[in-house]
Amino acid sequence: MCLAVPGRVLGVEDRDGTRMASVDFGGVVKEVCLEYLPDLKVGEYTIVHVGFALQRLDEESARRTLELFENLGMLQEEFGDPWEQAEQAARAGQSGPADGEGLAEEVRR
Amino acid sequence: MKYIDEFQDPELAARLLDDIRATVTRPWALMEVCGGQTHTIIRHGIDQLLPDEIELIHGPGCPVCVTPLEVIDKALEIASRPGVIFCSFGDMLRVPGTGRDLFQVRSAGGDVRVVYSPLDALRIAEENPDREVVFFGIGFETTAPPNAMTVHQARRRGIRNFSLLVSHVRVPPAIEAVMRSPDCRVQGFLAAGHVCSVMGTEEYPALAERFKVPIVVTGFEPLDILEGVRRTVRQLERGEHTVENAYPRAVRPEGNPAALAMLDDVFEVTDRAWRGIGTIPDSGWRLSARYRDHDAEHRFQVGDIATREPAECRSGEVLQGLIKPHECEVFGTTCTPRTPLGATMVSSEGACAAYYLYRRLELPARPAATSLEDSAVV
Repeated sequence: MCLAVPGRVLGVEDRDGTRMASVDFGGVVKEVCLEYLPDLKVGEYTIVHVGFALQRLDEESARRTLELFENLGMLQEEFGDPWEQAEQAARAGQSGPADGEGLAEEVRR
Repeated sequence: MKYIDEFQDPELAARLLDDIRATVTRPWALMEVCGGQTHTIIRHGIDQLLPDEIELIHGPGCPVCVTPLEVIDKALEIASRPGVIFCSFGDMLRVPGTGRDLFQVRSAGGDVRVVYSPLDALRIAEENPDREVVFFGIGFETTAPPNAMTVHQARRRGIRNFSLLVSHVRVPPAIEAVMRSPDCRVQGFLAAGHVCSVMGTEEYPALAERFKVPIVVTGFEPLDILEGVRRTVRQLERGEHTVENAYPRAVRPEGNPAALAMLDDVFEVTDRAWRGIGTIPDSGWRLSARYRDHDAEHRFQVGDIATREPAECRSGEVLQGLIKPHECEVFGTTCTPRTPLGATMVSSEGACAAYYLYRRLELPARPAATSLEDSAVV
């Protein structure tokens, strides 16, 4: 219940004096109250919680975070100690079996 | 959405893990505050991917889990009254009160309805002017503004048959309570991103300074968690304790000013009891005097209900990070998602339920749950 879900605004309208939007959550469209983000526009992304848009989701900063991740790996590969990296890879390979799934399995592979 | 796929990128996750391994030199205990983060961590096995030096402790940030038993009992009492339509989010239906839950109240003839948004409950009130409609208003700073807006709208539109049973809680006083506990082992916090998307980050520097503890605002995707851990460990290794925002795509320092103004208008800060933990000063909200006539507790005169939690349930210790779920004697035996003793097992965001679902190997031999649906987590 505490999770908020990102979605894209498809349309905005005023209903009984309340600003509402239809928002697309990857195929599922729901009615969302825009009273806390009144200037949100069609095409923009937002974080929605229990039917309320709570914060604009800035695609630009999403990209910046991703760039940081990318840079982090690039820098590591570019300037890191190759011996240490090999040792880390070996240590990672030796870590015991776990029962996580999804991402953890893929990272291990 | 494309970037959501990117936030689960295993190659980037491996690089972040490499960086964490290269940074860490000694053991550190970090608390992820939010139950949604706990769920991501366990589902993706992030705690097991991290170097052995890093221990993740699960915090008190599951709203369903921390709602006190007496509030559940008040909800059950109100929902049982004739003429009442009791509306709630689905994850409250099977939270055990004393001897029963909302699901059972409905089976016994109570009109209990699940809604997606509090505004749905307001619409039900408008459509049923001869009935009393009550919405169960629980949750943290993320959920409080929608409920505040709903009460405000009820007042504005003159919908008098709508009231809120309020048990809202606030994160910063909970962080303070965790740090003040004599058994506290927490050295850094991954703060709950969506709480901060509403509240901003301005409450945190004072906490970081007072307890000399790094606080990193963290999102909910696997890469968000890894980046939060990376930044917290980097601070700890350097002897720093500042507030960092590792979730800038959804969190601004000032939060959401419109939501904060509405919170201030509709609610006032009050002491709140937390299930399994006890009362924490100034840790919650109640309706302010101006909105008292929309307060279900007042309207239905249930203020006197007081109840005791089952002695064998240790969810309070789980919520404070003092024990792990499987260290509880009744975990997975008498307490399962099908027959939960405490809310940490019944809520899918609860640490006990997450361990039960994804750590089957650590359980005593018995038929294992194979999916969320199979475990009947609502």
